[in-house]
Amino acid sequence: MKKNSRFSGIYLGIIFFLMYLPVVVVIIFSFNESKLPVRFSGFSLTWYQELFQDEDMLEALKNSLILGVSSCLLSAVIGTLGAVGLARIKWRTKGILEYVSILPLMIPEIILGMVLMAFFYLLNIPFGMLTLLLGHTVFCVPYILMEVKARLAGMDPALEEAARDLGAGSFRAFWDITLPLIMPAVMSGSLLAFAMSMDDVVISIFINGPRLSTLPIKVYTQLKTGVTPEINALCTLMLVFTIVIFLLYLLVRKISKGKNILFSTGEK
Amino acid sequence: MRRRRSSSVWMILPLYIFTIVFVAGPLIYMVALSFSQSAETFGVEWAFTLENYKKILEPVYLETFLESFQLALTSTAIICLLGYPFGYFMAKLSEGWKKKVMIFLMLPFWINSLIRLYGWIIILQNKGVLNFILQKLGIIEKPLRILYSYPAIVVGMVYVLLPFMILSVYSSAEKLDWSLVEAARDLGASKMKAFWTVSFKLTIPGLLSGIILTFIPSMGLFFIADILGGNKIVLVGSLIQEQMTRGNNWPFAAALAVVLMVLTTLMIVLYRRITNVKELEGIG
Repeated sequence: MKKNSRFSGIYLGIIFFLMYLPVVVVIIFSFNESKLPVRFSGFSLTWYQELFQDEDMLEALKNSLILGVSSCLLSAVIGTLGAVGLARIKWRTKGILEYVSILPLMIPEIILGMVLMAFFYLLNIPFGMLTLLLGHTVFCVPYILMEVKARLAGMDPALEEAARDLGAGSFRAFWDITLPLIMPAVMSGSLLAFAMSMDDVVISIFINGPRLSTLPIKVYTQLKTGVTPEINALCTLMLVFTIVIFLLYLLVRKISKGKNILFSTGEK
Repeated sequence: MRRRRSSSVWMILPLYIFTIVFVAGPLIYMVALSFSQSAETFGVEWAFTLENYKKILEPVYLETFLESFQLALTSTAIICLLGYPFGYFMAKLSEGWKKKVMIFLMLPFWINSLIRLYGWIIILQNKGVLNFILQKLGIIEKPLRILYSYPAIVVGMVYVLLPFMILSVYSSAEKLDWSLVEAARDLGASKMKAFWTVSFKLTIPGLLSGIILTFIPSMGLFFIADILGGNKIVLVGSLIQEQMTRGNNWPFAAALAVVLMVLTTLMIVLYRRITNVKELEGIG
């Protein structure tokens, strides 16, 4: 019964084609000689040269990377510890806390952006990297929290209990038993968080301050005011970068899976 | 026993503090802000007023709400139609193919959505790729004006949000016990009937969470309307942004946000109720 018709294969193919078509188009036109992205007139690397001379762009790229990595790490710590803690405690406020902490995914980004802008202004925190880091962590935590929570739900609680019965402290049980088992979820959650941080324009645009710019903000202003073909080159490079990181991620996950066999209860 | 509990407290403390200060705090401040007055020059005057909410009822702003809602509805409907089959078919693939498809599904998440939207500009513009191909094939004579129109915004919304729906449906369909479908077939149900009464029913939670994941963002993605719609259509998101920056009327922006929040919360509650009812039906 769990069989696929030929139609489903074709369907997946068509959707993938449409999903990747714009990306492919941008890549092709990044090598275009002409300034206008209308017809392909000849192969050229001009736009790559210009991109590497554009210090604003490089600065924005640096900001985006710093922001993405730091907010991802911060939220991985908060989210992972939080998810495990939530599974253990039985406080009455637990349900409300969980609901509120996942709210940033539920409410429209624009609201989150404006609310954070007003709030940081109220607290007198100067707009810049700090506000961006805090803002991005707000919407990154839920991704990790949800991923880890789902993984914990599928885990056998007897494993941790066994460790405790054998004399391991609560932290030890977490570090040796729970953490290795939930590691794939921590990783996938973190990667999703990283991607969302690198991608975000709506929230960043409210809290970045007048001087600091991230890559998405740069692209956004260009798309609104007038595009230079540099963007095509930029996208192509980001795509390469993305694929490299992605392959790295797959590799790490493979290794961590091998490690998990020691702990898993017979499931493959 | 006490030591165990205390270490759990330390684990959860960062989440508690962070959530209360940076999620609950700003949201509560937003509500307070929506009842205050905008100062003549800059900033906020603390005097209780309902003016901001009254202002929303002016026809201009009411229209904006309706338009946003309509657009979100249209986009979400298309995303359901396109995304559900994808997630469902994907769950039926072999393990090896699942992994491959998953990789290609994750990749667009990583690539900046603005740049992917830019790809659509190249494709859809008057002298763009699509019109070039259609004209060469002789299907149309004059180039279609798709860019900077309503359909272009819908294309952008569907494109950006589709992966959320697919992943949501897939995760639900993946847990499906296929022997139930087989049982239905053995008992004489047609393929379609088995799908609607078993598979579809059991994957409704995935579909609904997908709807929440797509409907709500689509009311706030003002940059898509900006870039692909060319400022022709003003959405609630664009209005809030304008009031926060150029308009410099934060209390009014806050009131708009509160109304949008209430609407979306109502939706989530409604969906929760629907899924619960469905689950109960399944048990009975």
